[in-house]
Amino acid sequence: MARKTIKVDVLARVEGEGAFKVIVRDGVVESAQLNIFEPPRFFEAMLRGRDFAEAPDITARVCGICPVAYQMSAVHALEHALGVRVEGSLRALRRLLYCGEWIESHALHIYMLHAPDFLGYAGAIEMARDHADVVRRGLELKKTGNALMALLGGREIHPINVRVGGFYRTPQRRELLAFVDRLERARDAALETVRWVAQFDFPDQQRDYELVALRHDDEYPFNEGKIVSNRGLDIAASDYERQFEEIHLEHSTALHARIRGRGSYLVGPLARYNLNFDRLSPLAQQAAREARLGSTCTNPYQSIIVRAIEALYACDEALRIISAYEQPERAAEPLERCAGVGCAATEAPRGLLYHRYQLEADGSIAAARIVPPTSQNQASIEEDLKSFVGSWLELPEERLQQRCEQTVRNYDPCISCAAHFLRVELDRR
Amino acid sequence: MRQPGTHCVVLGVGNPDRGDDAAGRRVAQLLRKQHCGEVEIYELDGEPATLLARLEGARAAWIIDACRTGAATGTVHRLDVSVTPLRHACRGLSTHGMGLAEALELARALGQLPARCVVYAVEAGRFDAGAALSATVAESVAVVAARIRAEVLGITPHAERAAGA
Repeated sequence: MARKTIKVDVLARVEGEGAFKVIVRDGVVESAQLNIFEPPRFFEAMLRGRDFAEAPDITARVCGICPVAYQMSAVHALEHALGVRVEGSLRALRRLLYCGEWIESHALHIYMLHAPDFLGYAGAIEMARDHADVVRRGLELKKTGNALMALLGGREIHPINVRVGGFYRTPQRRELLAFVDRLERARDAALETVRWVAQFDFPDQQRDYELVALRHDDEYPFNEGKIVSNRGLDIAASDYERQFEEIHLEHSTALHARIRGRGSYLVGPLARYNLNFDRLSPLAQQAAREARLGSTCTNPYQSIIVRAIEALYACDEALRIISAYEQPERAAEPLERCAGVGCAATEAPRGLLYHRYQLEADGSIAAARIVPPTSQNQASIEEDLKSFVGSWLELPEERLQQRCEQTVRNYDPCISCAAHFLRVELDRR
Repeated sequence: MRQPGTHCVVLGVGNPDRGDDAAGRRVAQLLRKQHCGEVEIYELDGEPATLLARLEGARAAWIIDACRTGAATGTVHRLDVSVTPLRHACRGLSTHGMGLAEALELARALGQLPARCVVYAVEAGRFDAGAALSATVAESVAVVAARIRAEVLGITPHAERAAGA
């Protein structure tokens, strides 16, 4: 019996640990397992007993790359529990902050982590030796996203200016206008990025995913919307736990999310794009058409194009928000402590991020639940590997490993930064 | 925009609230209080794009970060990375997959690494949230600051005059 094991362990990061293993017998993929040891579970316990006002700053620490997403899901869920709506300029500023995070996170993934897979480099450093100008463009784009986060959030990693009800300080109009030139250059760079990645060679692989994302009446989704899918799901965030469940599988200490009665699903750029193409700005739609991407795309390798389109959209949307911005009279809505339960989902760069909080009458947190996008995508990653590996078995082993890693990186999981430290074990009999 | 290769930078890298991870920033703070001449001193959290931007156009750079190689807490490693990459064991402890070593190699690949580039890595003992520096690391911070000041004074004429040399 010919047996091949592709085992990748030591996915070490501060945020957690992960590994994957694919077993092939007689040319047939027997199993594909991805293990991620998710740290957000500890955050849920850490939040219990803390004051609700601490949640945005505590949950921001879940991730150094997408802290805004954790802050946004936290503040929206807590405002839901407290019966408060944040509207007008404060709402627009939250969207603007999210634009900064999408720009920096997508630029990091496209240029530093994912593009080397398509161009045959071991990593961004090797790629930079041959494509210095391209890498400089990616770094500049990332820096602009970081600078926007620092402008609104006080600093780029783990921003400190976000609070339940709004912000601690809001920028003056002139502060935002001073950023316009830089954002216009970033928008040009993002458009160049779309054109650049659209030229890559993409493996001809598609899968029939259940795609899940937020959908809003008139916006490409960041902070709010109904949770919808291409198979008829259309629910409020407060119904998330009735439709979705997290289960424990023997091979992993991480929970796998699935839709009750249906199974795996996909969150992230591909899901957002397919469900919200009509909500993209005209410029982003035009760039997508030029990249020969229709309004639907189910090739996970083309997620790099979709990320570039979303980065372009985020620049475009940031400029639109700034042009309409008027500094609000107060930096935050007043809040009254009360007992309650609140839920919210927002769109992290990697996909839907769900939070639920139960508050005591004194405003302390009695219970918290966080379902991050990587947890929700785990089953899809495994199914991609299981579906695709069979057609690559004739590749040299090094190339086969690289293809597997590239497949995991399609999802921009929080573990992807460590993916270059993978160790692969091949067992042939 | 200034001419490339005309200025010197000191970059103290780390998290100020995680015990010995603050060592790099403390060196930067100490140097800021002393007269070091025409050197630009920054405290950074280690975000690679920002680090690269601070290196761009500099003719000399001194970077200070915490590390863990198994040596005794407080041990100071001086690594000239102008030609040789940081060895893996001495890479900084970063909360991101892309840390100091990768940022420096990216700068080298992009032709942005200063002609003179020195990393001082201080062996860390603890990274507890909110903790102060270990006593031995605090002593090393003063040692590193003095050594960097001497190196800066050695190559910046203005600094020599300012120091009364």
